[in-house]
This record gives sequence, structure tokens and C-alpha cells, in this order.
Amino acid sequence: MKNRLKVLRAEHDLTQADLAEKLEVSRQTINAIEKGKFDPSLPLAFKISSLFDQPIEAIFEQE
Amino acid sequence: MQNTNQDTFEKRVNKSNGKLAIFTGLWLFTTALLAFGPKLIWEFNFALTLFAVLLNIAAGVFMIFANVQHLKRLDELGRKIFLESAAITLGVLMVFGVCYELLSYAGEAFTFTPRISHMYFVMGITFIVSVFVSNRKYK
Repeated sequence: MKNRLKVLRAEHDLTQADLAEKLEVSRQTINAIEKGKFDPSLPLAFKISSLFDQPIEAIFEQE
Repeated sequence: MQNTNQDTFEKRVNKSNGKLAIFTGLWLFTTALLAFGPKLIWEFNFALTLFAVLLNIAAGVFMIFANVQHLKRLDELGRKIFLESAAITLGVLMVFGVCYELLSYAGEAFTFTPRISHMYFVMGITFIVSVFVSNRKYK
């Protein structure tokens, strides 16, 4: 699954650690999601969507 | 506010790590006590041996609960790494455990007696290697 997490994070001027902090996950998790190595669960995807105030489909895209 | 949340997550994981380490250490200590105590410390006193058995089981139960709690405290990637490593460890233990035992019946070439303690080493090493490899995979 492709995602725009890195772009959104940059737009909001957040580091991986900042985002991990806001989502209550490890920095490793953020890094793995950004690199497409790990797909987040639906609750975490909703959390990301709510944090950036964008619909899930605007952040995540099926390859 | 958010910093507090991150601290909470990290603290939560570190706390459960510490708890797991303490109960694992306690279990190891009571196992050693049970292994060497009857012969070297209390000269096969039945009551003390029974007490050591109960202590060992109690420490083991606490260790199991600490392990489950630790798993719950991890985030979803941490949980995935943990579960993948546990699955690999279980598989390795089954495959090599059976093979190891059967080798002892294989004739004169293999004259050893299989011991469960050997499998603990295999289990521990497999789990550590699996966690390390998975962590690198998701780095």
C-alpha cells in the first residue's frame, strides 16, 4: 500500500518522533509505514486521518 | 500534552520490559534453586523441595502474565515483530525438538540423551535472532 505520510508530515513540519508521539506508537512504526514496509491497522489509519484532517483514501492508496 | 503521551508510551513499554526482566530473572533464580537446592542446600528435605516447586511455579506464572502484558503494551508493529518471532520459535522448537529426540533412537552414531534444557537454549537463541532480524526488516 502506498501512502503520503512522509509528505503530510513534512507539510506539517513534524519529525518522525513528533508524529510517533502524537499517534502513541514507536518511531520505528512511523518509519516502516512511510517506507511501505508496514501497513497500519484501521484504527491507526483513522488516527492518522484525523490528525492530518484528511480522509483515509487521501493518505493511503492501494497499489 | 503530546510530549506527555509519548513519554507515556515509551515509559509504558520500558516499564513492562523491566517487569518482564524482573519476573524472568526471578523464574531463573527459582529454577536454579529447585535444580541445586535439594542436593546442595537442604539435603532433600521434602517440605523445602515442595516449597521450591511452588515458588518456581508461582514465579513462572508471574513471568507468563508479565509476558502477555508486555505484548499488550507494544504498538502494532512491535506486536507483529513479537508474534512473528514467537511463531518462528514455536516452529523451530517443534521441528528440531522432535528430530533431536528421535536421533537418540537412531543407533550407535548418536549416543546422547535428549534434555529439555538444550531446547531452552535453542528457544532463547531462535527468539532473539528472530526479533533482531524482524527489527532490521522493519527499520
